[in-house]
Amino acid sequence: MLCATSRLLAARAATALPFHPRVRGRELHFPGPRCRGRELHFPGYPETPLGDLLAGRLARPSVLAGRRAILRRGRMPPAVGGGLAGSELRPRRGRCGSQAARAVGPAVATEATARSPKRPAPSSRRFEAPGRWALLALVTLMSFATRFHRLDQPPHICWDETHFGKMGSYYINRTFFFDVHPPLGKMLIGLAGYLSGYDGTFLFQKPGDKYEHHSYLGMRGFCAFLGALLIPFAYLTVLELSQSLPAALLTAALLTFDTGCLTLSQYILLDPILMFFIMAAMLSMVKYNSCANRPFSAPWWLWLSLTGVNLAGALGVKFVGLFIILQVGWNTLSDLWHLFGDLSLSMVTVGKHLAARVLCLIVLPLALYTATYAVHFMVLNKSGPGDGFFSSAFQARLSGNNLHNASIPEHLAYGSVITVKSARMAVGYLHSHGHLYPEGIGARQQQVTTYLHKDYNNLWIIKKHNTNSDPLDPSLPVEFVRHGDVIRLEHKETSRNLHSHYHEAPLTRKHYQVTGYGINGTGDSNDFWRIEVVNRKFGNRIKVLRSRIRLIHLVTGCVLGSSGKVLPKWGWEQLEVTCTPYLKETLNSIWNVEDHINPKLPNISLDVLQPSFPEIMLEAHMVMIRGNNGLKPKDNEFTSKPWHWPINYQGLRFSGINDTDFRVYLLGNPVVWWLNLLSIALYLLSGSIFAVAVQRGACLPAEVEGLSQVLLQGGGQLLLGWMVHYFPFFLMGRILYFHHYFPAVLFSSMLTGLLWDTLLRLCAWSLASFPLAGHVHTLGILSLLLGIAYSFYLFHPLAYGMVGPLAQDPRSPMAGLRWLESWDF
Amino acid sequence: MLGFLQRPVVVTADINLNVVALTAVGLLSRLWQLAYPRAVVFDEVYYGQYVSFYMKRIFFLDGSGPPFGHMLLALGGYLGGFDGNFLWNRIGAEYSTNVPVWSLRLLPALAGALSVPMAYQIVWELGFSHCAAVGAALLILIENALITQSRLMLLESALIFFNLLAVLSYLKFSNSQKHGPFSPSWWFWLILTGVACSCAVGVKYMGVFTYLLVLGVAAVHAWHLIGDQTLSNVRVLCHLLARAVALLVIPVLVYLLFFYVHLLLLCRSGPHDQIMSSAFQASLEGGLARITQGQPLEVAYGSQVTLKNVFGQPVPCWLHSHQSTYPVIYENGRGSSHQQQVTCYPFKDVNNWWIVKDPGRHQLVVNNPPRPVRHGDIVQLVHGMTTRLLNTHDVAAPLSPHSQEVSCYIDYNVSMPAQNLWRLDIVNRESDTDVWKTILSEVRFVHVNTSAILKLSGAPLPDWGFRQLEVVGEQLSRGYHGSAVWSVEEHRYGRSQEQKERELELHSPTQTDVSRNLSFMARFSELQWRMLTVRSDDSEHKYSSTPLDWVTLDTNIAYWLHPRTSAQIHLLGNIVIWASASLATLVYALLFTWYLFRRQRRACDLPEDCWPRWVLAGALCAGGWAVNYVPFFMMEKTLFLYHYLPALTFQILLLPVVLEHVSDHLCRSQLQRSLFGALVVAWFASACHVSNTLRPLTYGDRSLSPSELKALRWKDSWDILIRK
Repeated sequence: MLCATSRLLAARAATALPFHPRVRGRELHFPGPRCRGRELHFPGYPETPLGDLLAGRLARPSVLAGRRAILRRGRMPPAVGGGLAGSELRPRRGRCGSQAARAVGPAVATEATARSPKRPAPSSRRFEAPGRWALLALVTLMSFATRFHRLDQPPHICWDETHFGKMGSYYINRTFFFDVHPPLGKMLIGLAGYLSGYDGTFLFQKPGDKYEHHSYLGMRGFCAFLGALLIPFAYLTVLELSQSLPAALLTAALLTFDTGCLTLSQYILLDPILMFFIMAAMLSMVKYNSCANRPFSAPWWLWLSLTGVNLAGALGVKFVGLFIILQVGWNTLSDLWHLFGDLSLSMVTVGKHLAARVLCLIVLPLALYTATYAVHFMVLNKSGPGDGFFSSAFQARLSGNNLHNASIPEHLAYGSVITVKSARMAVGYLHSHGHLYPEGIGARQQQVTTYLHKDYNNLWIIKKHNTNSDPLDPSLPVEFVRHGDVIRLEHKETSRNLHSHYHEAPLTRKHYQVTGYGINGTGDSNDFWRIEVVNRKFGNRIKVLRSRIRLIHLVTGCVLGSSGKVLPKWGWEQLEVTCTPYLKETLNSIWNVEDHINPKLPNISLDVLQPSFPEIMLEAHMVMIRGNNGLKPKDNEFTSKPWHWPINYQGLRFSGINDTDFRVYLLGNPVVWWLNLLSIALYLLSGSIFAVAVQRGACLPAEVEGLSQVLLQGGGQLLLGWMVHYFPFFLMGRILYFHHYFPAVLFSSMLTGLLWDTLLRLCAWSLASFPLAGHVHTLGILSLLLGIAYSFYLFHPLAYGMVGPLAQDPRSPMAGLRWLESWDF
Repeated sequence: MLGFLQRPVVVTADINLNVVALTAVGLLSRLWQLAYPRAVVFDEVYYGQYVSFYMKRIFFLDGSGPPFGHMLLALGGYLGGFDGNFLWNRIGAEYSTNVPVWSLRLLPALAGALSVPMAYQIVWELGFSHCAAVGAALLILIENALITQSRLMLLESALIFFNLLAVLSYLKFSNSQKHGPFSPSWWFWLILTGVACSCAVGVKYMGVFTYLLVLGVAAVHAWHLIGDQTLSNVRVLCHLLARAVALLVIPVLVYLLFFYVHLLLLCRSGPHDQIMSSAFQASLEGGLARITQGQPLEVAYGSQVTLKNVFGQPVPCWLHSHQSTYPVIYENGRGSSHQQQVTCYPFKDVNNWWIVKDPGRHQLVVNNPPRPVRHGDIVQLVHGMTTRLLNTHDVAAPLSPHSQEVSCYIDYNVSMPAQNLWRLDIVNRESDTDVWKTILSEVRFVHVNTSAILKLSGAPLPDWGFRQLEVVGEQLSRGYHGSAVWSVEEHRYGRSQEQKERELELHSPTQTDVSRNLSFMARFSELQWRMLTVRSDDSEHKYSSTPLDWVTLDTNIAYWLHPRTSAQIHLLGNIVIWASASLATLVYALLFTWYLFRRQRRACDLPEDCWPRWVLAGALCAGGWAVNYVPFFMMEKTLFLYHYLPALTFQILLLPVVLEHVSDHLCRSQLQRSLFGALVVAWFASACHVSNTLRPLTYGDRSLSPSELKALRWKDSWDILIRK
């Protein structure tokens, strides 16, 4: 109670200047010490004018501070964030004031009453609420103005627009594609393009291509719109966590004037969408935490379900959305844990709480997430560039694919002509051709490879191992191939048998070579393979497309597999096929039959083979995860390392290289970023000082107590957010880029805002005996705001585009601003 | 003063016969017939070569672990008088007579044997009964996988030993915290904790998991200490400082000490030199040092140098050129400048020599006195054998079309002017006026016209480029990367004016003299960095397994097979112990969760003094299992069953703890308790029986008939070798 109200007063003093000259005048009349006294007075007067002035939402925190004090002395120290919510579920307001007073200590309490000041002028309260709205509107306006300024520049493709714009077009054209990210973000981009009149005809071939007459502003505008909303969201989040307008304002300024966030928001990228959902989830979580004293009320449900919706959104855009889920999950768990520990709640109530969270934070997001995939698969029903990444069964769904609506025999029989596809992604079909392995590489026999494209050399005939009679002879009965049969695979074009022997494979030295051998189908016992279906019983028939088969070489006992390595020139840069003596079940050694021609069998429509939706979901995820893992950095390439990011070591070139180009360079505003970095260090320092002081049982004055709670709890949530959005990248093996850090920047900027406000308040408080000390806070915040705005003035060409000489040249607008040699603009 | 004269000298010995007996049987089980089999068993083939290197004091680089473990094994060899002369090339090869098999295997066996009494001590220090403590020790004693692993020249048993030692000494320390803080024994155990932790890390990087666990527990205890308001602030500060020194500073120092000794021992150059930087190589006896010894330090105009790429991936190589030119048209139809090729060549060759030339002068000799080249100077590089100048221009490189081609300039084509000025950028300079130094300086060459940087792309050229590696000019100067940085390896001052003389000079070996040594920290950081980044080709292995296979013991490793009979050694656990240890972990987790939930609702099922003990036992034992097991799910390297053994040891410690807890707190009547006791005895008997049945596969001392072997194959996934 103490701290919150005091902060509100100071907040008005610092931020409401342009709106309330009267308030300012009044504030100026109070010398420092008297101010303090006045603020300390409030616990004794629960219904102060300020209390009802800031009705509802703002009255709550005044209860809170006292409550926090109680909790801290309790047995169970409140966990970050959760304590806030958990504590408020026992609104024993009556005891609150007295307990707070006890926490503060009798001496302070009496001092407070003794210094009881006059009440604030009643006229000021009329402007309070509109003032706050006006401030929010101002912040929003600023953010929209900066994001939409020169949005149409440059009128060519920048950086990854080439991917995401293209994928938006795919949605409009309904062609199937493959991407390593979940579909929601690209669907939204596609939708925005569709609504703004983009027809999907632009090719998005490579960065630098001119858009010309194509309408691209709708898609950019959509991203910029979401990017602009980040700032009011951050503003509200910090306001909710700290109950301090200057802190929120500082945060908003940090983000508005950060050239990095600005640049990233202005193009057709997934990041603004991702950050939008992350921030929205954070905001709704914080809001819902502050509704915790009214569980199951309408706003409580609203914010809880909004949290769930936004989590689904974040995960639906990129898998890094998982990090915000971790944070919300942690918050929810500690919240539930405190509810559970509250003996005044019955188990039934706790159960209801649990059920509500399961419903809103697990079931709802999962349903929405699944729904995005359902829409994705429904929209993309035409064959496109992504087909090859998916299994044969999956491809059968896509119109235009040769498997679509095809009708082929369902079960494999002797004499069938088939193609065999590797289960591993992007490996292709078992292939052979009339070229021999070169001298010195195993036996000089015909090459066997895998090949991604469909041609006649992928066709094989299944034959019995012991007879050479033509199974297609109409007089013979149809004989199906069964699991465990010993077969021979004859290459249709060259009539050589699939063969293996004890020679080392061309690239993978520990495996055996696979060749084509024999003349007109007559070979030797090294041509015999046992066909096995994974997870099937002996004697089962083998289904086209659906059965996952392994071919085991009878003589050596090895398994036919593809190593995925590219053969040199002599192998036409197709992929190596080996016979591996390691019998582990890996995707390398699993195959399935795709095309199947057998005139003796009735063709059936492939529709019956269509995989179910859960199977499609699962496959799409497997392919995405493998695609993500496949994005490995190559040797001898400069890659961005996670430790580069917070120090703003290196930017990303969005557009243009030479001095005649229109250049955009993604780089954080160094002033903002370095301030953020410093703030994290300062936060850790001050946070641990407070934590140790509390643990040592030090008696803090009420004001400091309140501030330390804001710092430890509100700041703790933000720090956690920064950590979960940053540290996991150190563990990732995939290739990383600078822009991966931006979700973490949001959190660290919010932390900076909160921290500096709190520290300046502490400063003002500790200097209270000096005259003018009350202004330390105001001046500090103002100078920070001005400094940030000035740095933006300096660095804005990075985002809005530079033309002319490079930064080394003194005539350049960026001359002298290349503070680190690693920035190349 | 002379107090000892007035009072009798009394020695009171407090001998715990349990510990003595456990030590004795531990030694017996691990040391019995230690020198058998007299053949290379499994990974001995891998560690043995390093022991040989130590014996011969030849430098090597092994990315699998820090040097302390290797040094321990080498110590065994040293004590046994091993001369290092054995060719470690094949598992199963007979040891020659000069190999002291017994003493090579002694230290791991001792470590394994001492783990038995330590298990006893740990459970006792955790506050559980002697009975539970003896149980834990006996389980460790009869666990077949632990026996196998500690009887061979392998590192896991040493790792387990130091893990247990760290936990034990931390427990001793925290127990003496209550009655005698800052007493000698308090200090002793505290410091021993730190030392044991760093030894564990020094044996294998895996030890870091246990170190973090101990640090975590220590941090929680320290946090409670801060909250203890009976202590003065100063005292709290002293406590914290003591812990910080013992658990953070000392381990780092000890770890550095390992490397210091390692580098002290390995002073001769050897087969792995090439991976290290030139400066490091020059610090070893022989090898590069023999060549570079006595080279002039400062590169001057007119110097003849070879330039080695610092990154050295995929192979270490030197900037190279030769008479051949780039083909006019590449296979994919793109054109080239048809100028002389510049490549990176992984072998020493006379064509690797370049002459640093001042663009303003024509001579290729060094002035007297030599004029050194400094950071920021503009130079030309002349290829020694062909006297062409290093050049790059706006032509796409053969394999990396986004980069510029680098060539030695020939004026075939007048439309393509020479662009052969390079600005020298010393990366590791201390000031902007630094002189370019042989070996020590890492330099980049920035092309003056296009600001491209000379870089090794690493792609091997096709046949026309003799499969040498491609060198390109990279336009985007994105920060520091080793592939764009070069260092001078061989260097001499050019003296000859004429090309013929110069060629002769280039062919002759370098001489003169200065010696330079890197500081220990520089050598340490380079070696550590290379060890962490050296790429082991992740090959498949017949006996590799996944972490999921370990808990259920779905896999084994055949270590050795007798050349004639069917006697064989397998890494194969006692399945009863594995299953019940996993079960105990599960029971612990469930019970702990249950108690935790009950306590949150203020229902305390356990007595107040029992709860912290239960939590601490769980934190150390179940926690020790988790931290030593879970990280493997995130590792991409080839994994084997023996990686699970440290985790298993902790899990086994938890087993008697859980049993005692069940008996004390969950069995309500005396009858239940007796019944439970009987069950435990029966269970233990079965564990002993299984251990005894698997004994032939553990010690490999008895040849089994095929039917006996088949009978031992309890799981289909076990690979037991049966001679046909």
